[in-house]
Amino acid sequence: MSGFLEIQAVMKRWGHGVTIGPITLDIARGEILALLGPSGSGKTTMLRLLAGFEAADGGSIVVANEEVTAVPPARRRFGMVFQHYALFPHLDVGQNVGFGLAGSTEQGAVDNKVAAVLALVGLAGYERRKVYELSGGQQQRVALARALAPEPRVLLLDEPLSNLDPTLRERTRRELRQLIKRVGITTVFVTHEQEEAFDLGDRIALLNAGHLEQTGSPEELYERPSSLFVATFVGRANVFRGAAARTLGLTRADHVLVVRPERLRFGEAGLPGVVRERRYTGSSAFFQIEGDDGQRFEVLAEPDGAQVGARVYVEATRVIALPDGAARR
Amino acid sequence: MNRDRNVNLAGVAMTVLLAWLVVYPILIVGLDAANGAAWGDFFTRPGEWAALWASVWISLASVALAAAIGIPLAFLFEWFDFPGRRTLGALIALPVVLPPLVGVIAFLFLYGESGFVTRAVQMLLGLEEAPWRLQGPLAILLVHAYSMYVYFYLFTRAGLAKLDVSMLEAAQALGVGRRATLWRVIVPLVRPSLVGAAILTFMTSLGSFSAPYIFGGGFRVMTTQIVATKLNGDLPLAMVETVALAVVAVIGLVVLRRTEGDDVLVALGKGIAPRRRPIRRRGARLLATGIGWGLAVLLLLPHLTLGLVSLVPYGAWTTQILPPVINLENYRRLFSEAERLRPLLNSLWMAAASTALAVVLALAAGWLVVRRRVVLRRMIEGLLALPWALPGTVFAIALAITFSVHAPLELRFVLVGTGVILPLAYLVRALPLTGRALLASYRQLDPSLEEAAASLGAGRWRTLARVTLPQLSPGLMAGASLAFVAALGDLVASIVLYTYETRPISIEILSSLRLDEVGVAAAFGVVVMVASALVLGIGARR
Repeated sequence: MSGFLEIQAVMKRWGHGVTIGPITLDIARGEILALLGPSGSGKTTMLRLLAGFEAADGGSIVVANEEVTAVPPARRRFGMVFQHYALFPHLDVGQNVGFGLAGSTEQGAVDNKVAAVLALVGLAGYERRKVYELSGGQQQRVALARALAPEPRVLLLDEPLSNLDPTLRERTRRELRQLIKRVGITTVFVTHEQEEAFDLGDRIALLNAGHLEQTGSPEELYERPSSLFVATFVGRANVFRGAAARTLGLTRADHVLVVRPERLRFGEAGLPGVVRERRYTGSSAFFQIEGDDGQRFEVLAEPDGAQVGARVYVEATRVIALPDGAARR
Repeated sequence: MNRDRNVNLAGVAMTVLLAWLVVYPILIVGLDAANGAAWGDFFTRPGEWAALWASVWISLASVALAAAIGIPLAFLFEWFDFPGRRTLGALIALPVVLPPLVGVIAFLFLYGESGFVTRAVQMLLGLEEAPWRLQGPLAILLVHAYSMYVYFYLFTRAGLAKLDVSMLEAAQALGVGRRATLWRVIVPLVRPSLVGAAILTFMTSLGSFSAPYIFGGGFRVMTTQIVATKLNGDLPLAMVETVALAVVAVIGLVVLRRTEGDDVLVALGKGIAPRRRPIRRRGARLLATGIGWGLAVLLLLPHLTLGLVSLVPYGAWTTQILPPVINLENYRRLFSEAERLRPLLNSLWMAAASTALAVVLALAAGWLVVRRRVVLRRMIEGLLALPWALPGTVFAIALAITFSVHAPLELRFVLVGTGVILPLAYLVRALPLTGRALLASYRQLDPSLEEAAASLGAGRWRTLARVTLPQLSPGLMAGASLAFVAALGDLVASIVLYTYETRPISIEILSSLRLDEVGVAAAFGVVVMVASALVLGIGARR
């Protein structure tokens, strides 16, 4: 598959020996790609390389078969929504949204376009409002409208939901996804929250310490992680080593066993341990088990699956064997 | 209830005191001028109009020149990186430590008829006479540009440093080029800083006295015109001139304020200043570094010249390019001859006393306005800021007239000729500096700190000493050091109000120059310069 947006061996060298990349990624037309990773993993640098705010030290970026690696941001036609929105405080909402349009068309057309884009984000009639009078969610939508108005080829979002309060985040996430899909624009966004990446992205690129760990759908990342890092960063994971791992079925010595809490269950035989803690979530409960060798792990089971202090046996329904990342380092 | 009333009474007392200091003298001059017959003289003499017009255009030209030098420098130092940027960036603010009169005499030693540069050019070209005369409006503008571009430089740099880099990136991502970004995003966002610098430059140059006094020759601006009229003994005319200058100052302030706009510029996110771009091209980097160092040398020349001249004993230096003898004779005379030590001590104690008083008043005002929010708080704040809006000459004349009459019932006393009048004049000029600094610090001070101290059993004075003052001290030191340095180098008020007994350094510098004791004058200049630099350095420390 040849992508609409192709990132080919792009890399960036910072001082102090920090290097991001080389990273190669293809993004299909209309796809939403999440750049996920812990802070310092290089995801924001990647986004800024795409936008053109940073110059790549190697590799190329191609959009619709046009190489844009050296094209300055102003002529790249990539729309960007900044983490803190970067709305111009000296301009009103309409002037902000029309900022990227002025000069290209006459005023009437600009006004129409501004009105249309504001309607698209659900802020019809907000043209003459001051940006600092708006709520956080409204500011976010103005920033989105401003980025979409010049009809960019690619939309870039830097932590688009981090500035909203948690109650608003989930709803906004769905609305944002619907809106992007309606516009049909190819989108890359940065986030450090797994849930956000799963919910908003079609595909996820997981970065760690400047390199790409794995690319794939949320399910692929969760069920078939390619490394111990991916397994532990995406979702909850119990990591078993030594005798405990062998009890659960590990055969290779230089590997560890990763088991999701929901893939463990209480049984008649298996890994022995004592229930130390029970965290009740309503539909189920997390049981904190201390194995006989001292390792602690988590079991997700029915709320009345076990009692604190009880001796239990645990068996696994699905295990993932991975090379031991900790040993490698 | 009772406490509130007492605090409000204190507010009234503060208002009356400040009004007596800063409004009453102006009012008296205004009323006297209105009653006098001197308006006829003022309107019919062409010299008066010429001086008024000169004040206005010199001020406007100073703003333009200072902006033309200061703004590009601010961009260069804030946005680009090149060898020596940090050192140069600090050096470039150096004109600030030269009090006006000291800067002027340094220019005289450099570019005056027998100055270093003048002589060097004369020798080089083999001329009979000096190639130029440092006189008239151009000389005044040269000094103004030198001393006032710093306002634009510092204000613009501060404005640029607060600029959020994502604003610029947003403009770029929207397809807007560099030039358009400058005009549509950067300029509107730093406009408050630019207007602030323009107002400061305009007011400073409208009130500027030293440069036109020394270099003006036949060319008069309003400040020198007023002092000349006063020295001629024509008090009624001097009062009318004073009122005219005050009116121009107020009009200028109002007009400039208007350009500031009423937009509330609230940054929505956390501002991250743009990263400095290293200048990569070799030629451009060399050019930037070269210009930077060349400029630094040009800016430092006055300081160096002053130092050199101060080391040349009387009569030792005649026609040579470099002085044949160098020693500390002038400094020895300065500190050992009672006649010369006197002005030094005078200036020091008067500056210290006025600064201390200004700080105490500003502290009390800050407490009343910010903490207790007394009924008259806006009035108090306005009164504190007022002296800043009017040229120093206006206050000097107003104080001279108000306090040369004994009328206790009108709250007028004979203070002219006593040791009190100059510190009083310095105090009036110091109030806006300490007032603004302390009010701002007080506003940033979290009241719960003082409440916490109180709840831990600390009394009012202990809270003041252990909590409030330490928290306010950066603002307090900054305001106080500016006030002290202004008083130490003052000429404007001094020349109108001094007596032989109370003569300050600036007056002694002028009389040394008149006696051709150039070295002594320079030594005084160096002392003031070093003291100013030390005090400002201490004041700027956190």
